[in-house]
Amino acid sequence: MSGGAFMAVLRRDLLLAMRRKSEVLTAVFFFVVVAALFPLGIGPELNTLRLVAPGVLWVGALLSSMLALQRLFEADYRDGTLEQMALSPTPMPLLISAKLLAHWLVSGVPLVLLAPVLGLQFDLSTDALLTLTLALLLGTPVLSLVGGIGAALTLGVRGGGVLLSLLVLPLFIPVLVFGAGAVEAQASGLGAQAHFSILMAMFLPAAFFSPFACAAALRIALE
Amino acid sequence: MLRVSNLSCSRGNKPLFADVSFELKAGQALHLEGDNGVGKTSLLRIICGLSPADAGEVCWHDKTIQQNATAFRSSLFYLGHGLSLKEELTALENLMSDAAVSGRSLSEPQALVALARMGLRGREYLPLRVMSQGQKRRTALARLLASQAPLWVLDEPFVALDAKAVDGLRGLLAEHVAHGGMALFTSHQPVTLTSSQGSSVNVQTYRLRGMA
Repeated sequence: MSGGAFMAVLRRDLLLAMRRKSEVLTAVFFFVVVAALFPLGIGPELNTLRLVAPGVLWVGALLSSMLALQRLFEADYRDGTLEQMALSPTPMPLLISAKLLAHWLVSGVPLVLLAPVLGLQFDLSTDALLTLTLALLLGTPVLSLVGGIGAALTLGVRGGGVLLSLLVLPLFIPVLVFGAGAVEAQASGLGAQAHFSILMAMFLPAAFFSPFACAAALRIALE
Repeated sequence: MLRVSNLSCSRGNKPLFADVSFELKAGQALHLEGDNGVGKTSLLRIICGLSPADAGEVCWHDKTIQQNATAFRSSLFYLGHGLSLKEELTALENLMSDAAVSGRSLSEPQALVALARMGLRGREYLPLRVMSQGQKRRTALARLLASQAPLWVLDEPFVALDAKAVDGLRGLLAEHVAHGGMALFTSHQPVTLTSSQGSSVNVQTYRLRGMA
């Protein structure tokens, strides 16, 4: 029964994302534009481009996922869906994890898939592209999970968007440092193993604790 | 059995109501009356367990709803001001996903029957954003038909419905109560419940009085 509710929330959120294409595409398009503008701005110096590529792509991914975060619980809060989720016999953290998974599938996965294509503009080698994609694959779920806590805490607050950025961006810094660092470590011959381990070490506790933290914050918002 | 004892609630420094007590047994309906702003919605939210009360407790089968959370939630159907409907989804999709979230089994034919009974035949596959306010409320009320929950808590269920839908809803409530269900609702109009067989159901009223 619990599994059914989890799948129902996941399916509903994915279906909604399909029907509200413009919202999803805005965030993805933002990422593409940011990543595409940098090579034009910096100029065709390949060494410089290779150097800045991981940082630019990561900052682009981070800001693009910030764009999508504000809407994570907003609509459900306004139309009463969140109340029904709080009153469901299924534990609320389970339903919230379905929402977070749907959010990552919609806002994180397209970035992971697009990154290697955009990385070509920066003349990244195949190895570097692979490392970048893997790092994003491990890092973007952390952005959704940690960002979800911020979105839940700022729900219903006036000017919540700014507050959300202030709250969440500092927490994104470690992900940015180790995510972008992975490509650099790979290029310098050290290997990206350590960086991947650290990203994984951020992902696992976030995946476990974030739904509980979100549910607690949402119950406060609903009072 | 739902028992509410000595509930009080305040908003900010302003007390809303105090010492609200009543009981609702199987096969009873309770109409909650009160002026605007007296705290009817707050009371219903406290009873559902969405908001905390300042004092007092709500018991479901002799255990507080906090102790008995899972059992209480699976026997509760709550319709609030937010209808919890998604504008982009069709009426049928809304009904199906809502049933799954609240842990009820609902097959597609059952959902279609429920929508048809609420007068939405032919609108099952329309997205809600093209529907009128009344049709949206009918979709929300179709969930009542699909619900097997014994306790219905309805906040202003008669709003924005035409005369025919009001009659339909009254019949629905009467039927639910006659089958041993419980209904707690707010409304500004007097409500008499008459089932489709013509037998009328007794409705108790509780008048909520403000503190000021």
